[in-house]
Amino acid sequence: MMLRLEPRPEPSRLAVWLSPLVALLATLAIGAAIFAWLGFDPKNALAVFFIKPINSWYGVSELLLKAAPLMLIANGLALGFRANVWNIGAEGQLILGALGATGIALAFDGVEARWLLPLMLICGTVCGIAWAAIPAFLRTRFRANEILTSLMLVYVAGYLLSFLIHGPWRDPEGYNFPQSILFSASALLPTVGAEGRLNISIFFALGVALLCWLFVKKSWLGFQMRVAGLAPTAALYAGIPANRSVWLGLLAGGGCAGLAGACEVTGPLGQLTASVSPGYGFAAIIVAFVGRLHPIGIVFASLLLSLLYLGGEAAQIQLGLPSAITGLFQGALLFLLLGADVFIRYRLRFVFSRLASSDVTPSPEPAPPTLPASHH
Amino acid sequence: MDAFVNLIALTLAAGTPLALAALGELVTEKSGVLNLGVEGMMTVGAVAAFIVAVNTHSPWLGIAAGAAAAAVLALVFAFIVLSLMANQVATGLALSLFGIGLASFVGRDYVAKVIDGLPALHLPVLSDLPIVGALFFSYSPIIYLTLALFALTQWVLTRTRAGLIVRAVGESPPAAHAIGLPVIRVRYLCVLFGGLCSGLAGAYLAVAYTPLWAEGMIAGRGWIAVALVVFATWKPWRALAGAYLFGFVTLAQFQVQAWGTAISPQFLSMLPYLATIVVLTLISRNALTVRLNAPVSLGKPFHPGD
Repeated sequence: MMLRLEPRPEPSRLAVWLSPLVALLATLAIGAAIFAWLGFDPKNALAVFFIKPINSWYGVSELLLKAAPLMLIANGLALGFRANVWNIGAEGQLILGALGATGIALAFDGVEARWLLPLMLICGTVCGIAWAAIPAFLRTRFRANEILTSLMLVYVAGYLLSFLIHGPWRDPEGYNFPQSILFSASALLPTVGAEGRLNISIFFALGVALLCWLFVKKSWLGFQMRVAGLAPTAALYAGIPANRSVWLGLLAGGGCAGLAGACEVTGPLGQLTASVSPGYGFAAIIVAFVGRLHPIGIVFASLLLSLLYLGGEAAQIQLGLPSAITGLFQGALLFLLLGADVFIRYRLRFVFSRLASSDVTPSPEPAPPTLPASHH
Repeated sequence: MDAFVNLIALTLAAGTPLALAALGELVTEKSGVLNLGVEGMMTVGAVAAFIVAVNTHSPWLGIAAGAAAAAVLALVFAFIVLSLMANQVATGLALSLFGIGLASFVGRDYVAKVIDGLPALHLPVLSDLPIVGALFFSYSPIIYLTLALFALTQWVLTRTRAGLIVRAVGESPPAAHAIGLPVIRVRYLCVLFGGLCSGLAGAYLAVAYTPLWAEGMIAGRGWIAVALVVFATWKPWRALAGAYLFGFVTLAQFQVQAWGTAISPQFLSMLPYLATIVVLTLISRNALTVRLNAPVSLGKPFHPGD
């Protein structure tokens, strides 16, 4: 008896939403195994990782605070991913957003005005868009692969940040620490709630999720982009310009990442530091897939990935584990999800016949030539 | 003359990890599979090699462990994209993210450790010859191994039946399947070869080139290797030349710094990444070059039962 994958006549909608749950449970199982192997009680360790971080209002506010950039970026990226535009340089676009906002804050240091914060956020968004426009231009004009160019620009952005923070933008009274001056009060996002660091960026993120939902489900342009992703040839026949999807997909991701970066420096950081983001730009790729490239799914997926960040910090403090375990869990989650996704288009069949079981069986030989029936 | 010989040696050393990783990715892509997990496999190869080298005091065992660890990851990738038919771009990204996370997790206690790196080749008489000895007989053994692997791969791909099968599978899996070639098995093997090469590349960095382990030490070399395959239009010799060219670019950065120019080190560090973008753009500009050389089925899943 053999197990065999057989194509489904229709993709399973149930499997689409069940797959992230299966992947999550499998990730938890792997996590428990790792904890046990390291000599921790798995139940206790999992509780430290996944439950304790959010059993207080402060914990929940931290969860939302870290979910906001993930939600923002993932929604922007998902627009591109749906159209087969692979912007994986969101981390660099986020850094540029942080730089854009910081540039304004430093230029208007000491100015107390209501327009300062909006200007910073806009400038951050524009910088993110500009950074994403480079791969979009190279792809549409020269057909250069956007995966590689957008990723290379992450490293370039990292060095640009390093240059500014060690050089012209370093706080002169900061004892040579690589960080900018602290932003003035009018350059900071208003916080939400009585305690904690949660700020209004979570509303930006939810607003963008709503906009994306409207764009994808209700707009003609969103429909065209989906067609371009699902059936590029059909889209070409229908006269949908392929380059527009590339531009829109990349710029949407860049703008969202730029805004997220601006929200980091105007929110929890309050200044530009050497490490603006703990890899939000890459984690957002996972969020987009776990959320099924769907705005509502992305809202929930960003909470999950945010919890992985909090869990990693808690495990570091309470169990002495390296916070790198967050990256391990993130990668494993995406890996398992993509594997589990096979059941969307295929189902398992038990096959009893020997012939049908091998996936390397050559196609059936043509039947031996039979003599035409004679009609004597 | 000494400066010239030195420059050649440094260029070969810096280009070798790129060359190895690019060679592995080239063979993988020849079979029609796009593995964007090179960065992750190199990182895991580096950390595994370093850990084993520290604990066994044997750099060679470390190198073997690095190649093996990356090969295991490559097999996981192969299972997901070949047996479960997942999207290759997304799975490759997952492999990179997972590999980097795994490596910094298992390598946390090894960050400040030091080892005796893999010694360079030393032949009794030949290596001591003036100039010729330095120029030909005194590099790290991995550098010679890389050159041999390139020659072997070039020969296998273009001159043997096995190479023909790999290319057939990469160009048209349905046709290859129809004439009875084991498409999935061939692709598994090519992905595995890619994993071994990436692991070797990472191991070389950790055990011979630096030799140390630090988070982020691969620094995008895996992605540059993927770009090199496009740059090389899927031809091994061009990939080798491209790798050494990029090795030279990384060096130029240190060279210019040594001259004490006014340019900030950060801008010089950007050079390899900017060069990758420029080179990729130049080669992609001509649509025909890429279309004629890229394996036709690259990145597309194939299910024999469909």
